[in-house]
Amino acid sequence: MDRGKGDGTVSGDLSVVLPELIVSIGACLLLLVDLMLPHPSRAWLAYLGLLIVGAAGAATIMLGAGRIEAFGGLFILDPFSSYFKLLLYLATALTILLSIRYLEIERIHLGEYYAFLLLATCGLMVMVSSGDLLPIFLGLELAAVSLYSLAGLNRHDARPIEASAKYFVLGSLSAAIFLFGMSLLFGATGTTQLEKAATALAHGHGGPMVWLGMIFLLAGFGFKAAVVPFHMWTPDVYEGAPTSVTAYMSVAMKTATFAVFMRVFLEVFGPIKPQWTAWLIGLSLATMVVGNLAAIVQQNIKRMLAYSSIAHAGYAMIGLIVGGELGMMSLMLYMAIYTVMNLGAFGVVILMRRAGVQGEQIGDLAGLAKEQPAAALAMLIFMFSLAGLPPTAGFVAKFYLFMAAVDAGLAWLAVASVLLSAVSAYYYLRVVMVMYMKEPSGPIELAWSPSAVTALVVILAVTLLIGLYPSPLVSYTQDAVLRLSAHP
Amino acid sequence: MGAWLTLVIFLPAIGAVVLLAARGPEAAKRGALVVTVADLLCSLPLWWAFDRTTATMQFVLEAAWIPRFDIFYRVGVDGISLPLMLLTTLLMPVCVLCSWRAIDRRVKEFLVSLLLMETAMLGVFAALDFVLFYVFWEAMLIPMYLIIGVWGGANRLYAAIKFFLYTLAGSLLLLVALIALYFAGGRTFDIMKLMEASYDASFQTWIFWAFFLAFAIKVPMFPFHTWLPDAHVEAPTAGSVILASVLLKMGAYGFLRFCLPMTPHASLHYMPFILTVSVVAILYGAYMALAQEDLKKLIAYSSVSHMGFVTLGIFVFNVQGVEGALLQMINHGVTTGALFLCVGLLYERTHSRMIGDYGGVARPMPVFAACVVIFALSSLGLPGTNSFVGEFLVLVGAFLSAPVVAALAALGIILAAVYLLWMVQRVVWGEARPSLERLPDLSWREAVTLVPLVGLVFWIGLYPGPLLAVMHQSVEHVVAQAVRDSLPGGGHQLVQWIAGRGTGP
Repeated sequence: MDRGKGDGTVSGDLSVVLPELIVSIGACLLLLVDLMLPHPSRAWLAYLGLLIVGAAGAATIMLGAGRIEAFGGLFILDPFSSYFKLLLYLATALTILLSIRYLEIERIHLGEYYAFLLLATCGLMVMVSSGDLLPIFLGLELAAVSLYSLAGLNRHDARPIEASAKYFVLGSLSAAIFLFGMSLLFGATGTTQLEKAATALAHGHGGPMVWLGMIFLLAGFGFKAAVVPFHMWTPDVYEGAPTSVTAYMSVAMKTATFAVFMRVFLEVFGPIKPQWTAWLIGLSLATMVVGNLAAIVQQNIKRMLAYSSIAHAGYAMIGLIVGGELGMMSLMLYMAIYTVMNLGAFGVVILMRRAGVQGEQIGDLAGLAKEQPAAALAMLIFMFSLAGLPPTAGFVAKFYLFMAAVDAGLAWLAVASVLLSAVSAYYYLRVVMVMYMKEPSGPIELAWSPSAVTALVVILAVTLLIGLYPSPLVSYTQDAVLRLSAHP
Repeated sequence: MGAWLTLVIFLPAIGAVVLLAARGPEAAKRGALVVTVADLLCSLPLWWAFDRTTATMQFVLEAAWIPRFDIFYRVGVDGISLPLMLLTTLLMPVCVLCSWRAIDRRVKEFLVSLLLMETAMLGVFAALDFVLFYVFWEAMLIPMYLIIGVWGGANRLYAAIKFFLYTLAGSLLLLVALIALYFAGGRTFDIMKLMEASYDASFQTWIFWAFFLAFAIKVPMFPFHTWLPDAHVEAPTAGSVILASVLLKMGAYGFLRFCLPMTPHASLHYMPFILTVSVVAILYGAYMALAQEDLKKLIAYSSVSHMGFVTLGIFVFNVQGVEGALLQMINHGVTTGALFLCVGLLYERTHSRMIGDYGGVARPMPVFAACVVIFALSSLGLPGTNSFVGEFLVLVGAFLSAPVVAALAALGIILAAVYLLWMVQRVVWGEARPSLERLPDLSWREAVTLVPLVGLVFWIGLYPGPLLAVMHQSVEHVVAQAVRDSLPGGGHQLVQWIAGRGTGP
């Protein structure tokens, strides 16, 4: 709004999308380098990927904290989008670090893996920076198509193929629904631009068409964020996809989706917020109940984490329901912390995958504390963090969500969600119990590698540091909340 | 001195980190002993420096933690928390010593859990910021879960998860309550400020019930006590001692620190309910203890009964009752902790906790038998021992405000005499069983764990003055605050009546 709005000069605008350019061009470059590199030195591709992500991160930080609209309002660079982009870089970098050894074991160490990962990241970055429905869809599809391919990268195995196909079919359906919602909204307001649509709705251009459009958009977002009743694909895809891809999907996709979810619902549908609050409360409760209850009975840890990630989407929706500065801040904080701790949990699962051993059953973790105390301790901290216990980061995340709920007069929703998080403690503790209180059936070797250790140490440090001293992150998040422009 | 208090709180945690580097179980044990003894020594100056003439918080230290939400690292002690902190620092070396041989696998991890536990417990008593309090309160669950679940008895998995989920469900409601208080009390988490603010009656009712559930599960009050016998029976000796001596006190501490000052109106309104539940706990716990065959279970049910006296004393709303309750908390910590230690000593020798397997233990183990008898007599409230003073004060307080309740509660003391003396008769006296004839008496290490507790039993029993002097101002302040704050709610005659008879000359 301050500068660059509508000036249309391409040269001026390109610097605004520098991070996206770096990542997308970097992805292509990576494919080229892949052709030249001999097979055994594929690890260099991972380091190149890290370099690209790092460069994008530097660019994002360099672009600063102002608000710039570019390409006639299609693209917005603001603290809100930068916050989520930095989160995406973090998720991508950690995923790459966790992947290297894992991919070798799975025999899918291909250059395409890193290229697709970067392209997915690029799509998600476009999504969180969109000021218009069209680039949202564009980004969503770029990310989705990359993830369909990544999920099925291991084509020698039936499970990933099934996961990929399922994800593709249902994902395409949800994309169609999302697109249809967009067109309805366009029909009702005459624009695809978020700000203008918000102004139109604020001036009373409502009616059934807006409603229908909103419900379709809700279904689209619900699918990507794994919200009940649009969650059916999650456990199957999470289980079937390579674990590193699952880890990435579970955090990056969800985080970016919630960013757009916030932008669209709080900005565009902000004027009619009282009308949709009840719907979202219903979805949030259903998501928490189904996610937490279904997670209890899972034997496969990837499936358990899938249901747990569904439950976390339910908690996160509270921030959306509350809205306002505190609501948004709590949701953003939740996503940041969820990203870190969930990657940590998947990171340990990745270590469990050795040549010839799947290591995906919860029972496979039996006696890990005796055999591999460091890995078990890390997993213990991630599990308690996911359960929301202090002094870990997970507590800080939940604390602010409940605070937002109580502030908005939704204390009963806070009570319901705390009771459900007590339920969630049961299945997180089961992992701890198996690791610490069961005897190992034999020696457990883990797929340690320097890169994975680096990733896990970083994740562990962040999880504990945020838990003990959350102040800097809280302040940073609070300063990055969405500034709603069209209405107070 | 504020920094000194912080040192006392965090010294065990620092010790835990250092201990991670220890090589071998022996080094770890010695290290843990050094840390806990050092912490005990560090905590003693607090006792000398404590100003007994004021009810304000002392040794306060404040530092910004999350300033944007007015969350501070804020610690301090008053006459209510100081005795409990000292009890904790005193018991921790005992816990380390009693685990010396009882814990034979993953010793280092056990001791690290124990030390982290100590920091969390001390933090709960010293925290003056609600978020800080909650962090310590919940953080305690993790090491305790591991202590029961990893080093416990045969049915430890069930007991550990039951303990964890029960307590977690209660504490999470406490979390919502403290957030609600933040908004109602002027956007602050400062416990002292939240005490000063006044809240309307319906809000108080909600907060009261959230507090009640959280603290009643922790105490535990009837009917929320079912996790306790399981947890006690399965936990290793040190775990049982910590549970009985410190963890249960936290529920009562919560009632005293938060319920009375912040929700005085609701507390008074539901006083008949709490008194009823307390009396039920006293009688039910004692009755159940009569029927137990397992020594640990017997003591666990006796804890339910004794903690009933504590909640009774807190909710009679007069200085005698509250002071008695606070003293009873300390007494129960000393006596019941010691009884669990004794059971642990027996168990190490025979690997049985069943009363039926014992008889005539006094012959091979005379010193041990003397200790058991002393603690049993203390537990049943024999004059001259510590529990007598506490229970006597609670009953005096109860007689002032609810004589019928006091009469019923007194029955609990009689029942306590029955089950404890009967237990002593079956275990300690009688003909020594052939299998028990060669049991070794207490070693030096074991004697060292019991002697300080014997000393406390008689010191508090014969000369409680110094301890009561530390508590008095703070207790009077809490009672005055509760009684005063509940007055404007509509001129309760009951309050005036209690105030007149309880705190008057």
